[in-house]
Amino acid sequence: MRKSIKTIAAGTLAIALAACSTTGQSDTKSASSAPAKAEAPFPSTYTPYPGTPTALVNATIYDGKGGRIDKGTVFFSGGKIVSIGGPDTPVPADIAVFDGTGKFVTPGIIDIHSHLGDYPTPSVQAHSDGNEATSPTTPEVWAEHSVWPQDPGFTRALANGGVTSLQILPGSANLMGGRSATLKNVPARTVQGMKFPDAPYGFKMACGENPKRVYGGRGRMPSTRMGNFAVNRQTWLDAKAYDGKKRDLAKETLKGVLDGEILVHNHCYRADEMALVLDMAKEMGYKVSAFHHAVEAYKIGDLLRENDVCSAIWADWYGFKMESYDGILENAAFLQREDACVVIHSDDANGIQRLNQEAAKAQAAGKRVGIDISDAQVIRWITLNPAKAMGIDGMTGSLEAGKMADVVLWNGDPLSVYSRPEKVWIDGALMFDAMDRKRRPVSDFELGQPGEGDVK
Amino acid sequence: MKRALTLAASVLALAAAPAAAQDFVITNATLATGDGSEPIERGVVVVDDGKVAYAGPQAGAGAFETDTVYDVAGAWVTPGLVATVTTLGLADVSGVSESNDVRPGSSPFNAALDVAPAINPSSQHILVHRAAGITRAATVTSPAGSIFGGQGAIIDLGADGQPVTRAKAFQVVAFGEGGARLAGGSRVATYVAFANALREAQDFARGRWDAESAMLTRADAEALGPVVAGEQALYVSVERASDIRSVLGLKRDFPRLDLVLVGASEGWLVAREIAAAGVPVIADGLDDLPNSFEELASTQSNVGRLAKAGVKVAINAATMENPRNLNQYAGNLVALARVPGADGLSWGQAFAAISSVPASISGLSGKAGVLAKGSMGDVVIWDGDPLEVGSVPTKVFIDGVEQPLDNHQTRLRDRYRELDESRLPEAFDW
Repeated sequence: MRKSIKTIAAGTLAIALAACSTTGQSDTKSASSAPAKAEAPFPSTYTPYPGTPTALVNATIYDGKGGRIDKGTVFFSGGKIVSIGGPDTPVPADIAVFDGTGKFVTPGIIDIHSHLGDYPTPSVQAHSDGNEATSPTTPEVWAEHSVWPQDPGFTRALANGGVTSLQILPGSANLMGGRSATLKNVPARTVQGMKFPDAPYGFKMACGENPKRVYGGRGRMPSTRMGNFAVNRQTWLDAKAYDGKKRDLAKETLKGVLDGEILVHNHCYRADEMALVLDMAKEMGYKVSAFHHAVEAYKIGDLLRENDVCSAIWADWYGFKMESYDGILENAAFLQREDACVVIHSDDANGIQRLNQEAAKAQAAGKRVGIDISDAQVIRWITLNPAKAMGIDGMTGSLEAGKMADVVLWNGDPLSVYSRPEKVWIDGALMFDAMDRKRRPVSDFELGQPGEGDVK
Repeated sequence: MKRALTLAASVLALAAAPAAAQDFVITNATLATGDGSEPIERGVVVVDDGKVAYAGPQAGAGAFETDTVYDVAGAWVTPGLVATVTTLGLADVSGVSESNDVRPGSSPFNAALDVAPAINPSSQHILVHRAAGITRAATVTSPAGSIFGGQGAIIDLGADGQPVTRAKAFQVVAFGEGGARLAGGSRVATYVAFANALREAQDFARGRWDAESAMLTRADAEALGPVVAGEQALYVSVERASDIRSVLGLKRDFPRLDLVLVGASEGWLVAREIAAAGVPVIADGLDDLPNSFEELASTQSNVGRLAKAGVKVAINAATMENPRNLNQYAGNLVALARVPGADGLSWGQAFAAISSVPASISGLSGKAGVLAKGSMGDVVIWDGDPLEVGSVPTKVFIDGVEQPLDNHQTRLRDRYRELDESRLPEAFDW
C-alpha cells in the first residue's frame, strides 16, 4: 500500500513510503470477453443511467487507439458509441448536439491503480481498509469488500480528471494482496452499484521492499527478497495442487489466476525483480498483465515487450524509497521506443485528477531526447492501454462503434495544464457538467459540511 | 572577451564599471519578471556582476558591456522559482531513515534545531530541482518531538559549497491535528504548550529563566527569543478555519509575532480575517479532498479566493509529490479561471505565487523570485511556457553563474537511451 506522509509541520515534502500495486496475470483477450459466471457472488448491479442521444461535433478527437480526427464527430445513443468520424459523419436530427470548436474529445480516462474507497478520505484510521497486513499472502481478500462508495475522492476523479473507470487494488504490504475491484466511476449506494459489469478480477501482488519490511519487521518470513520469492513460489505450488473439492477462498483466487481468468497486477519497482517475476510466472504457469510503479521498466523495455506486459507508471515520482531511486522522466518514452505497453497510473487520490497532465509530462521528456510520440498515442496511455491491462478493452477505452459511451469533452487540449473536463458521460449518461453546478456528484459524507457542492 | 551591446542608442554604455565574469545579456525573451505582471515579448535581461541590472522591454534597456549575449529567439525567461516550504538538502531517500534528517524525533531539542549545517548541496534532490528551475528554497525540519520543528534556512540550489542564503530565517510550529498529537493529544494542549514556551523565551531574554522550573531546554528557550520578539518569522501549520482564527488571535498575547500560515486548506472561509491581519499564507495549491476533519472545505479555489481577498499567498511546495511540480500547480490555478464557479489566478499572479511571493515571505523581497534592478542573478531560460506541463529549463543561472543541469537521472537517461549490450554491458556506458 502507499501512504502519503503528509506534513504535520511546515516543512516536509510529501513522501510515499510504500506504493502499492498489483500484478495482473492472464490472457487479456479472453479476459475482456470473460463471461460473468452466473454463480459469481457480489454481482454488479450497475446499469447505465438514462442518457439522451448526443453528438459532439467540430471537436479534435483522440480515439484512444492512437488516432486523431480534426473537426470530428462522435455520436452516441443508448449508452453506446454509434459513430465516430470527420465533419461529414451523419448525425440524426433532433438530438443534443454540442459544438466542440476549440475543444477536445477523448474516451473516458481510466486509472489502473487506485485506492479510492479502500483508503478513502477522510484518511482516518477507521478508514484504513486497503492492506490486510496480517499475513504475507492473502489471496482470499477482495478489495470490493473494503470499498466505501461514499469516498469523496471518486467525485474529484470524475470532475477534475475525467475518470470513468478505475481499478481499486489492495495495498502492497503483502506479496499477494488479494483481488482488485474494477469500477465504473458512478456514484452508488453500494459497491455492487459501481462494479464494472463483466470485468475480470485482477490480482494484486507486490515485490521488493514492502512485504519484506512489513513481515521481516515482525520476525517472520519474508524478511528478504529471496524470502519473497520462496513464499510466492510455495504458495503457487500449493494452489496448483488444489483439487477444488473443499472451497478455499485463497486457492480459488490463485486457481483463477492460473486458469487465466484473473489478471495479475504486480507492484514492482526494480528491473531485475521484474525479470525474476516473469520467470516465476513462467515456472508456475501464469501471466503478468502489468507491472505497477515500475520505475525501472525503462531498463528492460525489450523484455517487457517480448512478454507482452504493460508498465503502469508515474511520470515523475522518484527517490522516496530505495527501490525508486532510479526513477527518470523518460521511463514512458523509453518503453514506447521499445514498443512496450505504457500505462500512466496514479496510486493517489490527487494524482488521479491529473492523469492527462502526467501523461503530457512523460511525452515532453521523450521529445527532449528525440522520441516524438503523438498526442493521440499519449492519450492511449490513459485510455485503451489501461483498459487492455484490466481486461475491459473490448468494452471501453476507445471511441469505437458499439463500445460504451464513456466520453470526456475537454475545454481545451487535454495534454495542456490549462484544460479541464467540461462534460463527462458514462455509458452515455451525463455524469458531470462544469457548466451546470448541480450536475456534479456530492457524497453523503459532504452533505451539510463546509464546502458542500463547491467546485473542488 | 567582452563586447559592447547597444540595445538603445540613446543610452550611455556603462563602460566605466568593471564587469564581473558572469555578465550576460538575454535578448528577445518572452519575459516574465515574477512580480505578478503578465509576460512581455522581446524582453531583455541584463546581469552584471551577479545581479540583475535591467529586466524589461528592449526599449528601456541601455547599452552594456557584457561577456555574453544570449539571443533566445522568443524563449521564455523568468526569475528562478522559489520553493517554500521544502526539505531539500535534508534527505537523500526519504524512506531510507539513515539518509533522512527531516524528523529529529528523539532529539531533546526542538525550537533550537537549525538546519543550516545539515544542508547537503550535493543531494540529488537539489540537483534535480535545480534542473527544474528552482533556484532558492526554504528548507526545514518537521515538528517531531514537540510542536516546534526548528529553524529553517533559505538556501540556493547552486552547484557550490555555500548553499545557505539565510540561516535561521524562520521557526516552524504545528497547530491543528498535527500539533495536537505532539502537544499531548488535544488542541487544548497545543495552546498551553505554545504560550508556556513563549513565556519561557521571554523570561530567558530578560535573564529570568529558571532551569529548575523550566519545561524547555535552555537552547530551546533561547531559540524562541527572536520569535516572541518578532525578529524571526513563525510558520504555523494550520488547516481548519476555526484553528486559523485562533492562530491569528495569538497576537493578542504576543503582539510582535511575525506569523505565516502554512497549509490553510480552509483559509478561503476566513480569507477576510487573514487579509485584515496582514498575515501571508503558504497555501496548499490543489488539495481538494477532505483528507482530515480539519480540511473538509479544501478546494483548488482556495488560493484564488485568498488572493481575491487581498491575502499575500504562495503555493506550498510541501504538499506535492516533489517541489519541482510547483509550476504545474501554478498552471492548474490558471486553468481554474475558465471553470465556472471556481477562483483561479491570472498567469502573472500564478507565476508570482511560485516566485516573488514566496521570496517575499522568505525575507527576500525584491531580491529573489523577481527580475528587477538589483535582484539576484537567478535567471532561467525555458524550452516552453514555464507553467505548462513538460516545460523545463535550458539554462539556469544562480547569482549570475550558469549552473550544471546534469544529475543521477540525466546520467541514467543517457545510459539507457538505447538498450545495446552487443559489445559490452550497459555498465560501461558512462
